[in-house]
Amino acid sequence: MSDVIGIFMTLEGFILSLTVFALAIFLGFELISKVPPTLHTPLMSGANAISGISIVGALLAANYVEGDTATIMAFIAIILATINAVGGFMVTNKMLQMIRGKKRGGK
Amino acid sequence: MVEVSSLLDLGYLVSATLFIFGIKMLASPKTAPKGNMYGAVGMLVAVLVTVLKMQLSDGGIEGWMWIVLGLGIGTAIGYWMATTVEMTGMPELVALFNGFGGAASALVALSEAIRVYTSDSYVMAEPIYQVYHLIPVLAIGASALVGWMTLTGSLIAMFKLKGGFTIPLTKKWVRFPTWGPSWLNYVKAGLFIAGLVMIFMTLTDPGNLNLIYGIVALSCILGVLFVLPIGGADMPVVVSLLNSLSGIAAAFTGFVVGNTVLIIAGSMVGAAGLILTFIMCKAMNRELFDVLFKAFGGTTKESLTRTKVGSDPEEVAMVLDGISKCIIVPGYGMAVSQSQHLVKEFADMLEENDVEVSYAIHPVAGRMPGHMNVLLAEANVPYEKLIEMEQINSEFSDCDVALVIGANDTVNPAARTGEGPLGGMPIIDADKAGVVVIIKRSLSVGYAGVDNDLFYEDKTMMLFGDGKKMMTELNSAFKEL
Repeated sequence: MSDVIGIFMTLEGFILSLTVFALAIFLGFELISKVPPTLHTPLMSGANAISGISIVGALLAANYVEGDTATIMAFIAIILATINAVGGFMVTNKMLQMIRGKKRGGK
Repeated sequence: MVEVSSLLDLGYLVSATLFIFGIKMLASPKTAPKGNMYGAVGMLVAVLVTVLKMQLSDGGIEGWMWIVLGLGIGTAIGYWMATTVEMTGMPELVALFNGFGGAASALVALSEAIRVYTSDSYVMAEPIYQVYHLIPVLAIGASALVGWMTLTGSLIAMFKLKGGFTIPLTKKWVRFPTWGPSWLNYVKAGLFIAGLVMIFMTLTDPGNLNLIYGIVALSCILGVLFVLPIGGADMPVVVSLLNSLSGIAAAFTGFVVGNTVLIIAGSMVGAAGLILTFIMCKAMNRELFDVLFKAFGGTTKESLTRTKVGSDPEEVAMVLDGISKCIIVPGYGMAVSQSQHLVKEFADMLEENDVEVSYAIHPVAGRMPGHMNVLLAEANVPYEKLIEMEQINSEFSDCDVALVIGANDTVNPAARTGEGPLGGMPIIDADKAGVVVIIKRSLSVGYAGVDNDLFYEDKTMMLFGDGKKMMTELNSAFKEL
């Protein structure tokens, strides 16, 4: 590992990431505007599953075999993030199936 | 292999695109299931790309065991939790998952901090002239402050949604406390500022792990204090806000490990989650600030001085005979007693007698927006019969009977006065119906802690008892007519 954390050795790299960060925030603000109340919970749950993306960070952090505190933490992070992602998408799907189910069960 | 590894970054672009469309599609009923699928595929792509990238990097993957074991255990637990959860338990589960996500982000940042700061080769370039070298340091602090708060806050929110917890050994059920005098807000503000100051201090002393641990501790306490004063009825808004926070934590962690997909997905969820929080607040006619910083009910419950004589299911069945229009108003009581199938059975019987039946859905009925819709859908109630509050309120005036099952605050006329904890909240106009039948365990107040005048009106018939039990009795009484 180098002496500075992360890949932001260069000013360019940092500015690029900051740009991406800012643009993604604007995108997120614009992405949803009207949501029917029925979908509030599934949308929250689905977005929550996407925030399980920290799984990627956990994988990167776990790629060391030292077996020290840092690795154990990263290992726990993988477990938690995976639960968040896998469980999150599945629960969202379960909710949506029921909403769709009511159309099928209609007449 | 450097080129291949760099090209793999395009996989992150694919994954980010899938997330964007996923969220967008989740906001519309037709495309929602597909949107969720897009999100899941995006996640899978991100994981595969990451593993491949690590394998192709110098030295390949060293920690295979951790990675395979971690993914395996996480998938098994996540799968098990998602498949075994009861309908009523879903809101709690979402809160719990959210806490896990926040914790994962925070742990990654902490893990990186520990590894780098304690490694022998760690020499912070000094003197530090390049401010951008400090960005990861800043990100570690920020991720710690946001991430741990998300974990503790979500756990409290989960218990609040459950309503309480069982003490392990004594098997005693304890109601989860709601506590928050107004001076607590100053404590919270103080702690938050202290956290920011500590982040600033890490910039001047980047290798100091004690500062990081300090931020972690502060953040944990803040999360608890933040959610503790908020009543159960407002939990959906809180969970949504915490969801937004866990996204932000992931984005900060992205700056720590230098990964774009974390930054994109994290900040997008953070922003979209915040918008959703505002949308939910609007549905409840509440200001986000009031939800978060003004204790809502719970603390000062009005003591009940009035009484009301309960009715028999037989009496109610007689009233129901020969009516032409009935509106069912479900609430949390229907969810806890799992009586949605009986409600459907009841509605079917009425319809056989040519009664027009519809359901009035308050935006915050239950413990999560959409809670009632999902439950009634499970009982095969047709979608068209679930009518939102704004549309159905005008229909109560020509409705013979309104059947309120396990709802209280959402039909409390006290909200119309514009005063008290319920003031200004839009309600279902059940009191405008000819006869109001209310199934409820007792006259006790709802989450807002306000007595309900509707219970005491002459045209109101109270069926005291558990939702499932009363619906069963009502159904059999109606059959015997």
